[in-house]
Amino acid sequence: MADTRPTASIEAVESGLAAQGYIASRQIATAVYLSQQIEKPILVEGPAGVGKTELAKAIAAWRGLKMIRLQCYEGLDEAKALYEWKYAKQLLYTQILKDKLGEVLGGAQTLAAALDQLHTFGDVFFSKEFVEPRPLLQALEQPAGCVLLIDEIDKSDAEFESLLLEILSDFQVTIPELGTVSAVAPPTVILTSNSERDLGDALKRRCLHLHIGFPEQKLEERIVESRVPGISQTLRKQMVGFIHEIRTLDLKKLPSVSEAIDWARVLVLLQASELDHEIVKDTLNVLLKYEADIEAATPQISSFIAKASRQGVFS
Amino acid sequence: MRENLHRFFRAARGAGVRVSPAESIDAMRAVAQVGFADRDILRDTFLLTLAKTQDEKRALGECFDLFFSQPEPQQKSTEQSMTDDNSEQGSNPSADEHGDTAGAAANENTPNENTPNDVGPLAQMLLSQDRSAISTAIANASGAASLPDIRYFTQRGIFQTRILDAMGIQRLRDDIDDLTTRNPGLAERLQEALNGLRGTVRDAVSQALLLYGREEAENLRNEILRNAPLARIEPRQVEQMRALIRRIARRLRERYSKPRKRQRRGHLDVRRTLRRNAAWGGVPFLTAWKRKHRDRPKIVALCDVSGSVARVSDFFLLLIHSLHEVVDDVRSFAFSGHLMEVSDILESKTPEEAMKEIMSKVGFGSSDYGNSFADFEDNWMSAITPQTTVIVLGDARSNNLDPRADILRRIGERSKRLVWLNPEGRMVWGFGDSEMPRYATFCTVVRQCATAQQLERAVSDIVATYQ
Repeated sequence: MADTRPTASIEAVESGLAAQGYIASRQIATAVYLSQQIEKPILVEGPAGVGKTELAKAIAAWRGLKMIRLQCYEGLDEAKALYEWKYAKQLLYTQILKDKLGEVLGGAQTLAAALDQLHTFGDVFFSKEFVEPRPLLQALEQPAGCVLLIDEIDKSDAEFESLLLEILSDFQVTIPELGTVSAVAPPTVILTSNSERDLGDALKRRCLHLHIGFPEQKLEERIVESRVPGISQTLRKQMVGFIHEIRTLDLKKLPSVSEAIDWARVLVLLQASELDHEIVKDTLNVLLKYEADIEAATPQISSFIAKASRQGVFS
Repeated sequence: MRENLHRFFRAARGAGVRVSPAESIDAMRAVAQVGFADRDILRDTFLLTLAKTQDEKRALGECFDLFFSQPEPQQKSTEQSMTDDNSEQGSNPSADEHGDTAGAAANENTPNENTPNDVGPLAQMLLSQDRSAISTAIANASGAASLPDIRYFTQRGIFQTRILDAMGIQRLRDDIDDLTTRNPGLAERLQEALNGLRGTVRDAVSQALLLYGREEAENLRNEILRNAPLARIEPRQVEQMRALIRRIARRLRERYSKPRKRQRRGHLDVRRTLRRNAAWGGVPFLTAWKRKHRDRPKIVALCDVSGSVARVSDFFLLLIHSLHEVVDDVRSFAFSGHLMEVSDILESKTPEEAMKEIMSKVGFGSSDYGNSFADFEDNWMSAITPQTTVIVLGDARSNNLDPRADILRRIGERSKRLVWLNPEGRMVWGFGDSEMPRYATFCTVVRQCATAQQLERAVSDIVATYQ
């Protein structure tokens, strides 16, 4: 079985992911645990940068499984996601076998006899040999199981969703010429979505639905702690507090966990021991990705820092 | 426990979470894995398996808290009577006062422990003040009356009566009648207890309605709202109406924003096909198809916001603007005596603020169609192209002023379609100061539009012509 390291309990999931540097909230851990127990994919929704893709990576690293990633985009189709026939190889083989044709036909005298002969070889070119597996098929073929990450499913077309349904519910695909390919070991499937488009009910129904929002302050501190080990406790408290204040603003793009981690790295790199107006102003572009957002946040810096440090004192 | 789970699923459906049988099976499998011991994990499990959107998660979370705060029906009613306890204690002092002034002696004559044997079981139960027995009785009676089947708020009375009947209220009433002459003090206490009991049962029924009835109640309400005349919506229903209109807009959006690749393919384009396949000696390997030309939807909406039709146009503007994702070229104008463009107001503000501002600027006057049409022709006639659908919403009552039907004719000639939606019934068109028949000759379509349903159909038709 795929479970090289069994997901014995929710706590085991939590600590296992933590060992990979992924601090999971209890709800995330429950989702991972359940997806293992009842063999269902997880559909992860939430704003960009809160660790949706990271979750898949962490699961793969923790359980020692290969991760296969399918990045979705508009126009993604069967040939790129599932499998393709190796036309060139098929052509090449026909060319090579041309000379053998006489033998194959075995001296059939009439056209009908020759055709009959050919029919017995008919399916050779549409066999496993000539299938080029794409990520989805690859995932099913992994003997030890794997983590299949279908990233940003909301970017793909609605038709593509329907293509996924068979895989998601039964871990199998049907290739018309070959028949049904079932998973050797059911992969752990993680789908991520930024809710750019509403996903179909059929897809949602096949998945556990997990929403990852911005983490609570305590949790985010732990995440930063695990990702940026060199950061001092005061600075960590202050910066996370500051980010939480920023998130209350009405911005185009709110800073998420990945930005928080980047910022923490930058602050450590600049050897800051605590937040002050200067350093925040200089590094705000790490946190905010739009000029308008930076402008909106700049006047608030001082008061946010004050608030953040006050929180630090009381907690 | 399985029974309890099913009841929870039903409650979840009531809360607006769509739980299909397959999902409930998933949830049960999941629950089998995590067990019932940890309530938080159980809650997360349900949120993961049943809810498919953030809204559903919130609704389900609330439903879970409501449901599992009292896991067993018996306990639920205990809780109920506990809360009722407080209210009874609140009313007790008054009863005591009453006793003090009127019949202190009678009160002393019938001490609590001395419950007479000639009254029915319910009376005895009430007199002995055995809370747990009472709540068990309520729970049993609720079961007998199949309380979880409650769907509509109108059923509350029926279920209360059924539960009280099942508990033997008839006998209790007889007892009270008996006692009023023989033992007025006791009768009074019983009456008091009965009132308390009624309260408890009412609460239990209300909670059951909250758990099991929400969805159906909402559907019924929406159905009523859908067919209610927009102009006569009561203030308390306005918010519900807005929500309904938004839902209608969402449905229209879903219906019409689907990809339409297939429909676009028309006949075989012979010329292009031949040219494309010249390399194969004209054997048509690649086919080229004529594409059906489709106009991008453009809508110009002229809304009468004068007093008589203000509310209808309110909802209409709301719908038009919720539809923005299907129709990205909408310009809205509002008029009563004069006409002004309100597209920006509608787009930049919340619907409520926008409506308020529009009303304060142009609303509630007496309507002057001629003048407003003239305003439109002077300033915005260029907004109309041969692809535009012009929608006029109004009752065509111009207070006997010059209707300027000639401008409407020019608008009709410039545009693809001219649709007039009139909130008045056909019967009164042309009577009084209604200019409808005169305007109607220049319109492509004239329809009555007095309810949300008619509004939905009208807009649906307009969008469909562009598909």
